[in-house]
Parts: sequence; C-alpha cells; structure tokens
Amino acid sequence: MSQTPLIQILFLSVGLFFIGMYGLFTRRNVITILMSIELILNSVNINFIAFNKYVYPHQLEGLFFTIFIITIAAAEAAVTIAIIINLFRSHHSVDIEDANELKW
Amino acid sequence: MDISMIIFYCIAAFILTAALLAVTTAKIFRSTIWLLFSLIGIAALYYWMDVQFIAAVQTVVYVGGIVVLLIFSIFLTHKANDAMPRPPVMRRIWAGLASLFGIALVLHLVYHHSFATPAGAGLNGDVANIGTQLISTEKGGYALPFELASILLLASLIGCIVLAMRKGTANVNSVE
Repeated sequence: MSQTPLIQILFLSVGLFFIGMYGLFTRRNVITILMSIELILNSVNINFIAFNKYVYPHQLEGLFFTIFIITIAAAEAAVTIAIIINLFRSHHSVDIEDANELKW
Repeated sequence: MDISMIIFYCIAAFILTAALLAVTTAKIFRSTIWLLFSLIGIAALYYWMDVQFIAAVQTVVYVGGIVVLLIFSIFLTHKANDAMPRPPVMRRIWAGLASLFGIALVLHLVYHHSFATPAGAGLNGDVANIGTQLISTEKGGYALPFELASILLLASLIGCIVLAMRKGTANVNSVE
C-alpha cells in the first residue's frame, strides 16, 4: 500500500478537535477550558503539518504557520494564567459561573 | 498494512485516549497530566511525519512551557486533590451529541473529498531550510511575521506583569 496516510491523519485531528469541543462544552473551570483550547490548537497544527507534507511537499508554509500558532498559544496561555490568578484573587474561585458581573 | 501504519495507529490511539481522559477526568491535576501525555503523543506524531524541528518546538514549548504554567496556576488556585463537581447529565449528553454530530459531518466531508497528493519528492524540513526562509526578507520570506511575533511576546510579557501586579502596592497610578 503506497498511498499516503493523509486521510488517517485528518481523521485523527478531527477526533482531537471535537474532544476539545466536548471539553469546552462541559467544563466550567477556567483552567480546564484553557486545556481544551490547547487541544483544539494542536489539532489545527497537525492539519497544517499533514497538508504541507502530503499535498504541498515542495513548500514550507504549513511549518511556519505551525510555529507561529505555537508562539501565539504560548503568549495566550501566559496572559490567560495572569488573568486566572487575578480572578482567583478577587472572586476566590476560578469557576466561570462565579464571574458574572459583566453578564447582562 | 505495513509497520509504519501500525506505529501511526498506536500513536493515534494514545493521543485520543489521553485527550479524552484530559477532558473527562474529575480531578484537575490528573486532567493536566493526561493533557501532558496527549501533547507528548502529538510530538511523537511529528517525529513520525519526519518534521523533527516542529516536534522539538512542540516538546519544548507545549510540554516544557505551557503545561508547567498550567500546573503552577493549578497549585496557586486549587488544592491538589480537589475533585471538580461533575457536569450535569443533560449538559454532558448534549455536548456529546453535538461533538458526535460534528465529527460525523466533518469525517463525511473529508472522506468524500479527494486530495491531490503528488508522489515523489518528500518535504525538505531541514532546520537550515526553515531558518533561512523564516528570516528571509525576499518574496516568500517570513521576516515581518517573525518580528511581529517578537513584539507580541514582549507585549504579553508586559501584560502579564501588569495584570498580576498586586493592587495598591506596586500600582503607582492608582487613585486610591
């Protein structure tokens, strides 16, 4: 079997994306929601690498997108954790149901 | 089915199992450790796809950086052995149904789309190649996004310090 395993990798990343979505729907804790977002970003990275490797093998664009996504995810995680610590300081909880002052 | 596909299926099963446990475990610290295993599995997948540089970046930034940050924030805000309250059954059912529907829809679309996969030359993912194109200023170079990313990192660094500063002691501009 000489066919490229692109479709299997896409199936894997679809599974990973929707596992992240499930976590986003069910969890009510800010830290676990952040973890679900990391899973979703990782599934997107797998897609970029797979398309670059198997569909456009003479370019490197997907690799660069992956590197920049990882950079932005790191910055985002750092800022989110600063916000979480601030939230915990003012509300003594990291549950999103407890932070409802801006809810209309 | 050759040996490399068997390795791929093992890696895929490991990633999906660890991810599923990460979003369903009740204890938040265990959930982070499962996320760690899932990210290591994704790094292994990058090694399997022969993009060693991305695998190294994934290991250093995600496994060594983001997960450690998450563990720090858990220890600052939780007791290590706290179990989170289970989500209500109805919410779990609807979330599961929505996710399954999404998986079915996207798998259907992906399965019936034929991708043009050129045979022959593989990806040239040398670190030298990546580095040259990353800071090249010519057409197709990524020098501008590279510099913008450094500005973004600086901004987030300053933003974190400002956000995490305790009110009243270090904030000079506060009126109170």
